[in-house]
Amino acid sequence: MIAPRAWLPTPVLSLLLLLVWLLLVRSFAFGQIVLSGALAILIPLLTHRFWDARPRIGKPLKLLRFAFRVLGDIVIANFEVAYLIANPWRKVKPHFIEYPLMLEERFTITLLASTISLTPGTVSANLRMDGKSLLIHALDVDDEDALIAQIRERYERPLKEIYEC
Amino acid sequence: MSFFVEALISLLLVAGGIFVFIGSLGLAHLRDFYMRLHGPTKATTLGIGCMLVASMGYFWSIDGKPDVQELLITLFLFITAPVSAHLLAKTGLHMQLKHVDKTQGKPVELRSEEVGEKPVPHPDKGHG
Repeated sequence: MIAPRAWLPTPVLSLLLLLVWLLLVRSFAFGQIVLSGALAILIPLLTHRFWDARPRIGKPLKLLRFAFRVLGDIVIANFEVAYLIANPWRKVKPHFIEYPLMLEERFTITLLASTISLTPGTVSANLRMDGKSLLIHALDVDDEDALIAQIRERYERPLKEIYEC
Repeated sequence: MSFFVEALISLLLVAGGIFVFIGSLGLAHLRDFYMRLHGPTKATTLGIGCMLVASMGYFWSIDGKPDVQELLITLFLFITAPVSAHLLAKTGLHMQLKHVDKTQGKPVELRSEEVGEKPVPHPDKGHG
């Protein structure tokens, strides 16, 4: 018998694939379950060479709280950006910001960059070659240091606690 | 369908329409490439989210059973929007596209005198 790790290198990804497939076909028929099960085993096997080392989730509850916080921030971000765009007398102050990264794993850096892109007035523009800092373009910023501190406290520290400790 | 549900769904639809419109307005109207990226990544994402929730609520009240496909669309959108925005911004920096003069902070990528002609190899940290 082959060890489970050999044919199921990424159990979470497999489970996710299975669920998403079943939800997409909107059927829990036996045939669909077999098909999605086969795909959930085959796809990770074929693609696992492309994947970085996956950090394990240390604190799932904190991850859930982080997800809700990001969702709330996305809504606020939308109101802010919509106001900036729609206000004809706006005086926007665009800003390129070099954000020094505290995270080290590529996976968590990806999560942080995506979060930054989805939340208030910022788009992550470039990850430096050495993986030490992230270039951010902000739409309207008065105080560069305040924004960096806000990102650090609100997003980076929770991510570090969840994944890297 | 009760009045309350109907009002909620129409409110969501109108809000979604307004957000998508504002996002597209930003895409057409802001001054430089990097600022234009902000509209479609944020306003449009929430606009589409509102419309999908409205669609979910409508078919829930019509058919009587919840449908989660709309949630999947939202999930895929939230995964892909920041990645495409990041790639666009990166390409913009690589092409050294102009930005408005009042932009503060000057990234290394846009200082042509400091960017070498040869590409720098990626110092891989060993995993990947």
